[in-house]
Amino acid sequence: MLQSTEVSREKPPRLVTPMVQVRAPEPSASAEETKPCIVASHLSAFFGDTAAVKDVSISIPQKAVTAVIGPSGCGKSTLLRCFNRMHETVPRTRIEGSVEILGSSIYEEGTSPIAVRRHVGMVFQRPTPFPTMSIRSNVAAGLRVDSKSHAARGTTSEIVEEALQRAGLWAEVKDRLDESAMALSGGQQQRLCIARALATRPRVILLDEPTASLDPLSTQKVEELVYDLRKTVTVVIVTHNMQQAARVSDRTAFLLMGELIEFASTSELFTAPRDPRTESYITGRFG
Amino acid sequence: MTALPAHWLDKDRRELRLKESAASDRIYELLTTACALVVPALVVSIAVAIFAAAWPAFAKLGLSIVTSSNWDVAGGHFGAAPAVFGTLVSSAVALVIATPLAIGVAIFLSEFSPVWLRQPVGFLVDLLAAIPSVVYGLWGIFVLIPLLREHVMPFLRDTLHLGATPFFSGPAYGPSMLAAGVILAIMALPYISAVSREVLMAVPRSQREAALALGATRWEMIRDAVIPYARSGIIGGIMLGLGRALGETMAVTMLIGNRPEISASLLAPGYTMASLIANEFSEATNDLHLSALMAVGAVLFIITLIVNAVARWLVWSVARSRAQ
Repeated sequence: MLQSTEVSREKPPRLVTPMVQVRAPEPSASAEETKPCIVASHLSAFFGDTAAVKDVSISIPQKAVTAVIGPSGCGKSTLLRCFNRMHETVPRTRIEGSVEILGSSIYEEGTSPIAVRRHVGMVFQRPTPFPTMSIRSNVAAGLRVDSKSHAARGTTSEIVEEALQRAGLWAEVKDRLDESAMALSGGQQQRLCIARALATRPRVILLDEPTASLDPLSTQKVEELVYDLRKTVTVVIVTHNMQQAARVSDRTAFLLMGELIEFASTSELFTAPRDPRTESYITGRFG
Repeated sequence: MTALPAHWLDKDRRELRLKESAASDRIYELLTTACALVVPALVVSIAVAIFAAAWPAFAKLGLSIVTSSNWDVAGGHFGAAPAVFGTLVSSAVALVIATPLAIGVAIFLSEFSPVWLRQPVGFLVDLLAAIPSVVYGLWGIFVLIPLLREHVMPFLRDTLHLGATPFFSGPAYGPSMLAAGVILAIMALPYISAVSREVLMAVPRSQREAALALGATRWEMIRDAVIPYARSGIIGGIMLGLGRALGETMAVTMLIGNRPEISASLLAPGYTMASLIANEFSEATNDLHLSALMAVGAVLFIITLIVNAVARWLVWSVARSRAQ
């Protein structure tokens, strides 16, 4: 393992066999942590007249990693983008149903999508550092926007350091914070984007296939990071890669053609799926 | 291989047509190379002709052509400093007015405009570039100058008390550096705006989404993610507009007042290199006068070359700082 951090911790076991293997169940979480964080009820999301997400009801637990899997075009990214109101940034889109985050309805009349996104961070498929900004300014980019919580949490440098620490990038960049973010490798850029999302202290982090454009080693680092994040933040990760879902997540949702087919603990979903379609998918019969 | 009958190979050769396609490529290459060589050849021949014609004046008058303010045809003094000053100042005024306006238009069209409004507004802005400059000149004389003289100039000078500064002092005749700057701004605007709009629209959606996902408002997204990403292209557009303003002749000649004096006040008339040449060329009686006009042309040529070089360098350095 090439990870170089001093903190000792339980590492997710690596898979060597192609088919899915699941790590031992986690020690049971406290009652507070099993409270749901994101609750979607009868959520449908449309592009024009086409429904990409159809009548999904799901209750995503707090401070845990939830994976969303399914074949291409099954609506998993769209579902994720409903959780921080990014879906509506695309023209001619709309949603039906409701989403609550920590008890507050985010689609209620008068709710500001900007406020929602400050509490629900997102990281995309490809790293999206701001190319004209330094590493430091990239991490601080969300802070400038949100000055109130900023002042309460100390200086920008402290927040930047903390965010980079949490993203496991601090050791690699601490001596070159003023260099352009484009000087980093793809994997480092992706962890920079995670640090940028963490800097505003969101309650939820949404990861939209965060390792899709990364090499295996960078993928491993991001996975380890995701595994660690669950201690402090609720993570929802969309992934194409079933092994990844098995490695990093506590619960897994399987989507097919916009419908939620099955949502269960990761070990259960991968070892004893209840729905035959889930079984077909995870055994590689389609998708 | 020698065992194969010769006619088999001939047949293959005919079918493959290796020779023929190579020949057509060669012709195509020669043709396009010739076309590409015409352009540098033109630039060089124009430069040579101008500098050759300007040489007698440079040899006799030296740098006084650009440093002296005394332009006296009868006395043989040809100092075009007021025209150099006027060209630079009127273009600077044009950029100061046009740049924010053009970028505003570009941001509106790329970020805020409803889709149905994009085409018509964009078309109208582009149309500004298609109006002949003599028409701008006429409009300037009959509409812009009266407007400036009756309303804008008194407002700037008296109501805003800018008359206390040297830049807006003195009487408001109408024809002035300000009038020339405003008309140049209108003429440079479509260039700056069209280029800026293209580069703003080319900013990847992922950059916009990254900013929005951080909780940025639309304005913060544009300020922090979109404009920085597009800035090298926007600078390129501004330089294109500046190039247009520096060389513009007709409309400026009609509006600037054509008085060869250096005045700090934008309300005062001035002169530009292009209008100096246009005004005096047909009346140039002796060889030195003609050569002096050519020398002014050469100076204008050099200034526009420098502007282009600086523009290239700016765009390159900004693009490089992003790539690192």
